[in-house]
Amino acid sequence: MSTAVERFDEGARERFGAHARTIVHDDELLRHPVYTRILHWSVAGFFILALLSGFAIYTPWLYRVLTPIFGGGPMTRLLHPWFSLGFVACFVFQLLNWLQPMTWTRDDTRWMRRIREYVANTERREPDYVDFFNGGQKLYFWAIVGSAMLFLVTGIPMWFPRTFGRSMVSIGYVLHDIAALVMLVGFIVHVYEGTAAMPGTLHSMTRGTVEKRWAWTHHPAWYRRATGRDARADYDDAVRQQAARTSGADRGPGS
Amino acid sequence: MPSGTLQVRQISGHSGSVPGAGVQREEEVCKYIDVTTCIGCKACEVACVEWNDMPFQQTTFDNTYQTMPSTSWNFWNLIKFNEHPREDGTLQWLMRKDQCMHCEDPGCLRACPADGAIVQYTNGIVDFQQENCIGCQYCASGCPFDIPKFNALTKKVYKCTLCSDRVGQGLEPACIKACPTGCLKFGTKLDMKGLAESRARQVREHSGFPNAGVYDPSSIGGTHVIYVLHDVTKPELYGGLPSNPQIPAAFTLWKRFAKPIALLLGLFAAPAAFFHYVAEGPKEAQPPERPSREVRR
Repeated sequence: MSTAVERFDEGARERFGAHARTIVHDDELLRHPVYTRILHWSVAGFFILALLSGFAIYTPWLYRVLTPIFGGGPMTRLLHPWFSLGFVACFVFQLLNWLQPMTWTRDDTRWMRRIREYVANTERREPDYVDFFNGGQKLYFWAIVGSAMLFLVTGIPMWFPRTFGRSMVSIGYVLHDIAALVMLVGFIVHVYEGTAAMPGTLHSMTRGTVEKRWAWTHHPAWYRRATGRDARADYDDAVRQQAARTSGADRGPGS
Repeated sequence: MPSGTLQVRQISGHSGSVPGAGVQREEEVCKYIDVTTCIGCKACEVACVEWNDMPFQQTTFDNTYQTMPSTSWNFWNLIKFNEHPREDGTLQWLMRKDQCMHCEDPGCLRACPADGAIVQYTNGIVDFQQENCIGCQYCASGCPFDIPKFNALTKKVYKCTLCSDRVGQGLEPACIKACPTGCLKFGTKLDMKGLAESRARQVREHSGFPNAGVYDPSSIGGTHVIYVLHDVTKPELYGGLPSNPQIPAAFTLWKRFAKPIALLLGLFAAPAAFFHYVAEGPKEAQPPERPSREVRR
């Protein structure tokens, strides 16, 4: 996390921002600047292409289904490494861009310990310590970093088998598959969490903004840093205002 | 040889027995290579290149009689030469015809991900179908004999076909036809194995090679190309013939069993996410826009 990286990212965010239109309403916060958004969707595009072309070759069950998308088996084989290089190249920039907010902290370990409550959806708001990313998001991010390195280290020998030899390929083959499976599961969970599971999240990656309600609910510590206001107090205010608007017969949301 | 599949079982209005009834057909073919009588003339190399109509390839001189260091995409048949100093101070000049072994359990076929790129015929010949090959070269890493070779121009892999085009028409492979010493023979696996065993016995008992034997490795279920070697305990001497050829577990255990199971388990995340939504619902930003009156069950 050198300052050179931070300066580079700050410069990129400004340059991209100057050419983009991100509208932030007064009940909203800017979550992802356009630089982050473009990186995210570039990574996503290459990832999906690499995933589909890879799983075409992964098992005979999928071969006939997926290879026609890319123009047949030989073309699938030809394109897969290039899709992957595109993925890795774009992800390197995202890695630099997010190195600071993705750094693992003690709060993330705390978050992981209560993942059962998170999945069971028993609490209305995230704990006050959850910052820009929660522990789960960071876990997925570092799983991508690990898998991408594994993909690269095992994929290059599979790309040039005469140079690296028979045993490198056969060992790499298994590790490449394992990395792909980890990514597949992570990707499915990521898409679910980013869309249906948390309304408003997809918008942060398309148009860049989130409602303040979204921020104090899912990322209270980030809300505090971004607005200088207390997430819990603002949430309680909003609840009170809502209760006042609706008639007295209402009980208001319980815990 | 497989010269037809029409075998008569019954004949109408025919008195007496049915000709050929009850005949057992031995379909598996085999190439027999007697290393002890090979003279290294390379007629088989030329015949292979000629019959398969392969383009000329520059040869490499490496201070031996060997045409090139290893087989290549357009050179499927290579005599490997090795000068082996024996313990008694004499020199043994070993020459072995190297080509696809046509394994009973082919590692190339196990490793191949492309539908129909490698087939094994009932007669034991393992054949590459280049029109279905995607050029991934997994076959090369599945092969214990380093046989499949990649052509970077066509992005396809090639190897010896055991002249499946000739064998299908009842002819012997081109290399067999060209051999002047009779050290190459072609026939059913049973016949060739018997011939090889008797020749190995002869070499053991009359030529002073007590370790002479037949190379037909059981670790890959046997091969459809077998060798008679002076010393079957040291096949590595003959240009690196492996004594215990193995298919990597990546292409047996992992590819065949673990991979599909692991994929199903991985895809299980999708219904899990869907039913999580159905059962638990989304995490709405709080307080929700449509206010209360909610009762949780």
